[in-house]
Amino acid sequence: MSNRRLTSILKFSLLSLMLAFTNSAFADPVKAAFIYIGPTGDHGWTYAHDQGVNHLKDQLGDDVVITRIESVAENSDSERVITSLARKNDIIFTTSFGYMEPTIKVAARYPDVKFEHATGYKRPTDNISTYSARFYEGRHVIGKIAGRMTNTNIIGYIASFPIPEVIRGINSAFLAARSVNPDIQIKIVWVYTWYDPGKEADAARALIAQGADIIMQHTDSTAPMTVAEEEDGVRAFGQASDMSAWGPSAHLTSIINNWGPYYADRVKAVRDGTWTETDTFDGVEEGMVAFAPMENMPDEVMWEAQDTILDLDAGAVHPFTGPINRQDGSVWLAEGETPPMFPDIITMDFYVEGIDSKYPN
Amino acid sequence: MIRLIPRAQPSKAMIFLSPLLALTLTAVTAFFIFAFILTDIKVSSVFYTLFVEPLIDTYYISELLVKAAPLIMIALGLSIGFRAGVWNIGAEGQYVIGGITGGAVGLYFYNVEGFWLIPLMSLAAILGGMFYAGIAAFLKNKYQVNEILVTLMLTYVAVLFLSAMLQGPMRNPSGFNFPESRPFHDGALLPIIWQGTRLNVGLIIAVILSFVTWLGIKKHLSGLQIKITGSAPRAAKFAGFDDKKTIWFALLISGGVAGLAGLFEVIGPAGQITPGLPQFYGFTAIIVAFMSRLHPIAIIFSALLIALTYIGGENVQIYFNLPSSITNIFQGMLLFYFLACDVLIQYKIVFIKTIRQKL
Repeated sequence: MSNRRLTSILKFSLLSLMLAFTNSAFADPVKAAFIYIGPTGDHGWTYAHDQGVNHLKDQLGDDVVITRIESVAENSDSERVITSLARKNDIIFTTSFGYMEPTIKVAARYPDVKFEHATGYKRPTDNISTYSARFYEGRHVIGKIAGRMTNTNIIGYIASFPIPEVIRGINSAFLAARSVNPDIQIKIVWVYTWYDPGKEADAARALIAQGADIIMQHTDSTAPMTVAEEEDGVRAFGQASDMSAWGPSAHLTSIINNWGPYYADRVKAVRDGTWTETDTFDGVEEGMVAFAPMENMPDEVMWEAQDTILDLDAGAVHPFTGPINRQDGSVWLAEGETPPMFPDIITMDFYVEGIDSKYPN
Repeated sequence: MIRLIPRAQPSKAMIFLSPLLALTLTAVTAFFIFAFILTDIKVSSVFYTLFVEPLIDTYYISELLVKAAPLIMIALGLSIGFRAGVWNIGAEGQYVIGGITGGAVGLYFYNVEGFWLIPLMSLAAILGGMFYAGIAAFLKNKYQVNEILVTLMLTYVAVLFLSAMLQGPMRNPSGFNFPESRPFHDGALLPIIWQGTRLNVGLIIAVILSFVTWLGIKKHLSGLQIKITGSAPRAAKFAGFDDKKTIWFALLISGGVAGLAGLFEVIGPAGQITPGLPQFYGFTAIIVAFMSRLHPIAIIFSALLIALTYIGGENVQIYFNLPSSITNIFQGMLLFYFLACDVLIQYKIVFIKTIRQKL
């Protein structure tokens, strides 16, 4: 009896060993597809995603087959592109907000395919995940640098669309700057575009003309950095990827969108059969928000910024820590209080007290 | 020296064969381009993806028809104007305005369902497009302003207007301020005529419009009037045709149809109004109209051909990682060969030696 049992156990373990072996050595590679809103280029939003995809390839090697499609317009064509990809892939990353409705529609028709939508908020079926990053943590760090580096006490902010993501960035940068420099003021120009070098350059010049000597941007081109480089005494921060090459003497640091580890994790999860629907909102701690090397600043400022990063990394500070009032003077957060993710951070639609621009509506 | 001399009797057979000839020439040219630039991909598989797969795969057939429908509609309207010598280059703008005005009605009645809803939205879209093209007709008749410039410039205005609308009154109230409208509810969406695909009644309407236009041009006096105004304006005047009326007619028709096409995009494949609404259908339809020699039935086929370049080009990008400009190259080559063939049917090339002797 015990002998037979032993045999069966042996048989069973041998079988599972074989299965495991088959799984790892002979399993088909995961087919992963990425849709980009713009050309890959050498900076900005899509470039940062593409760097992440390169990281994924480095990590998984032959376990993944990657398809990348650039410049897919956010119109009804995108649904067809996503469908075409869904027919041949295991997981699809749609890397811009405007793909939200098409992603949802295709996901409903292809329940066996996994979908990952960047910066969206709808997950009606259990094969859609959404992911974004706590970029306001990056703004917290550059806000501190800005507060120390300005001589005119005026930060110029080039904003894209008045969506919560952008509002969070403005509030976070302003609060951090004011925490190290009580006289700080922030001037905001809305350009209503994510990428338009001409408009962004005009906005940068207008802000400099109003006295700003620090330029922050929530847009994608290197034009503001180039303008800052041309002007004496003006410094700027890059966006989404390292923009130091466009402002050798103006560039302080850039907030870098580091999607690579996330992409590697998610594709590994598909390979291992552990993928589940989720909403990811990672920050400095998880490495999704990173920074370009800091330059053109005194060592003390850099050390302070590095300490801030370490604090964020340890989860020891929150960019929104009370007391904070709304622009109209009403209390948002009491002393020591931090806001809940939903609704306060996710739907943020107000300026904090001290910003004297009119809230766009 | 080379001269083009009109042929006395253009070949009837060549008039029918030239589209095929142009297509063949495009394919041959494309073959050489691919043979040059592709090193590790088989040219034959690229060709299969470009020209064959969209025609045999049911999903891509449905998408071909989805893509062709707005092109048919817009090109029909344009072809009427082009026949009359009225150059509406800004159908894209009228398309956007139609999408906005028609869509606005749908958003206003957001919680209401009824059989009258889509007809009412369609009416609003047609009127919107008509109004927008009407501006050019008014300026042309009253002040002799060139309609090419007016319609083209108004396209940029329309796109900015769309962006203003989506950041203001038409913005989804529960969409976190993203510049998009609410998705339309099912009662405001065009009925699907092929289940499991995006093909909607828009295609049927486009085909019906083709036949109506064909009959109108053939049987109705206004068809003759348009043709004569376009080909012989002085003769038209002597015949008592009112060229101002023709300008109004041509622009209002093309604007109205483009407006309707805009709405059908919004309540068809898009399902909501987004900043991505303008997608060059208005400009591509100009190619469609000329490739069909302004013939209303032929427009259906040339629209399908252009749709094929879109979908084949897109898949080539997906499968082989080739640049998206492939689509544009194909459209450009097609039009070039079509026009070149047409010129050579109507004219013959003559080498004139006498001039050289004089020199």
